[in-house]
Amino acid sequence: MSAGTWGLAFAAAAGGIGTIAALVTVGPTRRWLVGILSGLSAAAGGATAILVLVGHGPVTVHLPQILPLAGVELNLDALGAVFVLAVAIVALPASIYGIGYTAHGLNRRSVQAMYPLFIVSLLLVPAAASVSTLLLLWEAMALTSLVLVAAEHRERSEVREAAWWYGSMSHLSMIAILMALVVFAGHAPGETFEALRMSGRHLSSSTRSFVFVLSLVGFGTKAGVVPLHVWLPRAHPEAPSHVSALMSGAMVNLGIYGVLRVTWDLLGGGPIWWGITVLFVGVTSALFGILHALVARDLKRLLAYSTSENMGLILVAVGAAGIYSSSGNPMLAGVAITAALLHIVNHAAFKGLLFLGAGSVVAATGTRDLDRMGGLLARMPVTGAAFAVGSLAIMALPPFNGFVSEWLLLKSLVQGLPASSVAISVTMPIAVGAVALTGGLAAAAFAKAFGTGFLARPRSPQVEAAAEVGGTMQTGMVSLAVACLGLGLAPFALLDVLRRAGAALPSLWGGEPVRSVGVTLHTGGLTGSLSPLFIGGGLILLVVLIPVVLRLLGVAGRRRVAENWGSGRSLQTARMEYTATSFAEPLQRVFDDVLRPEFDLAVTHTAESRYYVEAVRYRVGIVDGFETHVYRPLIRVAKRWGEMSRWVQNGSIHRYLAYLFVALLIVLLVSQ
Amino acid sequence: MDGGSCNGCEIEIGSSFGPVYDAERLGIRLVASPRHADGLMVTGPVTHNMVGPLQKTLEATPGPKIVIAVGDCALDCGAFRDGYGVAGTVADFVPVDVEIPGCPPDPSAIVAALRGLIG
Amino acid sequence: MTVPAAVGALIQVTLVIAVAPILTGLMRATRAKLEGRAGPSVVQPWRDIRKLLHKERIKPEYSGWVFLLAPRVLLASGLMVVVLVPLITTATALGGSGDLFAVVYLVLLGTVFLVLAGLDPGTAFGGMGASRAITVAALAEPAFLLAIFALSVRAGSSSLATIVDSVLAEPRSLASPGSLLALAAVSVVVLAESGRLPVDNPSTHLELTMIHESMVLEYAGPDLAVVELASQVRLTIFLGLIANLFAPWGIAVTTHPADLAIGTGVVVAKLALLGVVIATFEVFVAKMRLFRVPELLTAAFILAFLAITMSFFLT
Repeated sequence: MSAGTWGLAFAAAAGGIGTIAALVTVGPTRRWLVGILSGLSAAAGGATAILVLVGHGPVTVHLPQILPLAGVELNLDALGAVFVLAVAIVALPASIYGIGYTAHGLNRRSVQAMYPLFIVSLLLVPAAASVSTLLLLWEAMALTSLVLVAAEHRERSEVREAAWWYGSMSHLSMIAILMALVVFAGHAPGETFEALRMSGRHLSSSTRSFVFVLSLVGFGTKAGVVPLHVWLPRAHPEAPSHVSALMSGAMVNLGIYGVLRVTWDLLGGGPIWWGITVLFVGVTSALFGILHALVARDLKRLLAYSTSENMGLILVAVGAAGIYSSSGNPMLAGVAITAALLHIVNHAAFKGLLFLGAGSVVAATGTRDLDRMGGLLARMPVTGAAFAVGSLAIMALPPFNGFVSEWLLLKSLVQGLPASSVAISVTMPIAVGAVALTGGLAAAAFAKAFGTGFLARPRSPQVEAAAEVGGTMQTGMVSLAVACLGLGLAPFALLDVLRRAGAALPSLWGGEPVRSVGVTLHTGGLTGSLSPLFIGGGLILLVVLIPVVLRLLGVAGRRRVAENWGSGRSLQTARMEYTATSFAEPLQRVFDDVLRPEFDLAVTHTAESRYYVEAVRYRVGIVDGFETHVYRPLIRVAKRWGEMSRWVQNGSIHRYLAYLFVALLIVLLVSQ
Repeated sequence: MDGGSCNGCEIEIGSSFGPVYDAERLGIRLVASPRHADGLMVTGPVTHNMVGPLQKTLEATPGPKIVIAVGDCALDCGAFRDGYGVAGTVADFVPVDVEIPGCPPDPSAIVAALRGLIG
Repeated sequence: MTVPAAVGALIQVTLVIAVAPILTGLMRATRAKLEGRAGPSVVQPWRDIRKLLHKERIKPEYSGWVFLLAPRVLLASGLMVVVLVPLITTATALGGSGDLFAVVYLVLLGTVFLVLAGLDPGTAFGGMGASRAITVAALAEPAFLLAIFALSVRAGSSSLATIVDSVLAEPRSLASPGSLLALAAVSVVVLAESGRLPVDNPSTHLELTMIHESMVLEYAGPDLAVVELASQVRLTIFLGLIANLFAPWGIAVTTHPADLAIGTGVVVAKLALLGVVIATFEVFVAKMRLFRVPELLTAAFILAFLAITMSFFLT
């Protein structure tokens, strides 16, 4: 067996032992064993991915005995390895974090036993090399995560509702993927990916389009793209936070993986409208996701909507790559796909970090409501600093990692012009505008999350009494924060790796799209270069130097601590602060056509006079428009359908016998 | 800083920074926050409600700082002396460095006093 | 990296730090003259900074490291931009380390830190300013990026030096409708980002009308000096960008000392001219209502969008 095979085997074995350990042990031993074994599993998976990416060739495993009829086919190539790497980047810190986090009432047998299995399925999905293997692992991933989402269903009714939504949506997506792949495999000589790849280009164009659309719907649901996102802002907040980190940082990526694998690898690319469709799906998700993140009060809901947004950005890059490749410009497609893959790895790091940070806040305060937080930075310095790093990274600010991938994304969109194709000259400006607006709103959303959550003064007693979380949780967060900074300063270390992954998608790759000369990145096409190390390092150096210069100029170092300046008022309370809702209010007003907030203003006057006000109640609620206007009616129709069928299914044995009789008669008549 | 004046002094301070007297030509500006200030111009007698804010404002100003009592009321409560709402003169609560008498003081007197401060 | 090119970058940083407060002084003086006042000396902002540096430092209670770090990040991000943009010469070796997109994100970094610093002490005015500033920034950024897109299309590169060189090589491209629309969009964005009228009033004393000022109400002494200098540096960068992207003549294309001297003189003259123009403009306009500002920025966004379309169809 090669080193890579050993790696995958070790990852699976560590996960399996973790599950067994969760079943047979109790108390703190269970937490530690599950955490360590899941962490080892993730580390082994990550090591295997790195082996593949540095050029050891794909890892192939063939296990004919495991699954009847088909057997299990695994083949981890460079494209899959990027996704495994992204999973490992989140899963390792999240597992360590989970050791401390699950002490807060989550150390149950069912939950702990599912966690290692979830990680193993996440690590293996990108390695699946046949339709049946993929579907098996995909379903394993969906079911284990469903159990984890429902972990706290006894404590809160919202969890049950979230689990229902998640379960239904992920099975609808499963149906779409199943149909797409079964039809595809039906037209191919076999069901291994190799067989599909050989016949993919030669299918009729209607079959190819059918497979493309259904797989986009199926995998898009998993990626949480609008309008198939409704499960995401429910399930991600309700899941335990280390699981949320895995779902948002790792699982949703696999939706993108599915789109890339089926559309641009197995089908070998297609007409230009495929790319345009993917790009517009991405644009819609990005804008809709970030607008809802901007106005969310629930910290984890905000993060969940931002996951929708980031998947949207990645799909914009994927779509752009598709458009470029269809219009005969593989090198530009290469830049776009590099941006997409880099953003997947980066998003895994910062979104994992943010969810772990949010988990620490929930563990310390018991609330997810930003309006009740405030002042957490002073109470939880490590969590606060880690959350600050994650926020700056997701705002795409230097010197952190989001900056590099967003720069590449913008470059990949801009470089299409001046272009020969009308499709490019119409879509790319729209895409740049949308990505730019998303970037601006993301800065506002995360300035809100960090600024009103962690700065200023606490706005509720639970938050006032918050204390820093334990060592394992801190380790998990700090290691991801370091990853964000490292990937931000030295992304060129990843470029070689991404080149191999890009080469696994020959239809989207040509020439040398992104070169690194020393520490500077150069893109092909419309020229431009960026040296993240220089910019980031320069920034850090200047920030350190400025106080030194001030000291040399004779400026005193010590500061007098003085009361806040509140125009001389004697009473200043935390109630006077800007809350998350008020912070986002101007932007909410600007976009109220899209968000359609519901206001409710009730003024109670004193009994003596209408001119004196006793109490004012102001309530604002923003609901997801797709949920109220698309899904609720659909659910109503389904319900009515169910009620109608109740007349047929009334439980009486006589009636069922009558049905059998009638059915038999019909069969006899028809076969006559 | 208005301790409880009739706003006469404020109008004169305002016109010291207008086109005619133009105190800004000396590099003096009115600022929005005591944190940005070097000096505090206090007008009017100090009323009971304004004692706290007066002291807080001085506390909020970074040193070195000066207090300028503007107008007769700030110096000796003027017409409001012995009023039921009046707590005392500015000097009763904070140390006064410069006094500008007048009811209200002439803008040229205000500008001259400020000119004297910047040396 | 060659030594003369690094020297060019160093001269730019020194020049901008020296000139930025004087530019603000010049704008205040212009305003005073037009209002019929004698007005302060143009070096008054420098005197203010010197004075502030020797005043007491104050840290409001409840605030933390974000409040202390923000002025430094604001200044550092501004100075990084100065290193990247061609003000005196297009031949700085460091220009290749970042392009116009990097400039946008560096500017945003400063804005975000200032916003966080406004929230940190937990006062109502700080939060108000922060909320407004991020609203303006969030809407100005897309307009800015689209305008950059329009300019990059014209030059075939997002590198600042290349854009400037391409204009020098082909001055007629400036008169194209695409360039003019992009100029209009960039001008609006610059007014919004640097907190000038009609978006924000830099000389207001009334907290309810503030954007930038209300975020820095808590800063005192040396910290305030850093914030002020950083804001002035940002304004200088913005005006320098407009000057050199749309009228690059006189900029040095080598690192020869004589060329650098000419380049320095020319850029100072251009900055002074733009400063006087903006100050004059400010005398004649009133501040917009806050909720009209998004309309202005949307207009800039659409202008930039048209600029791209124009530069594609009309070249």
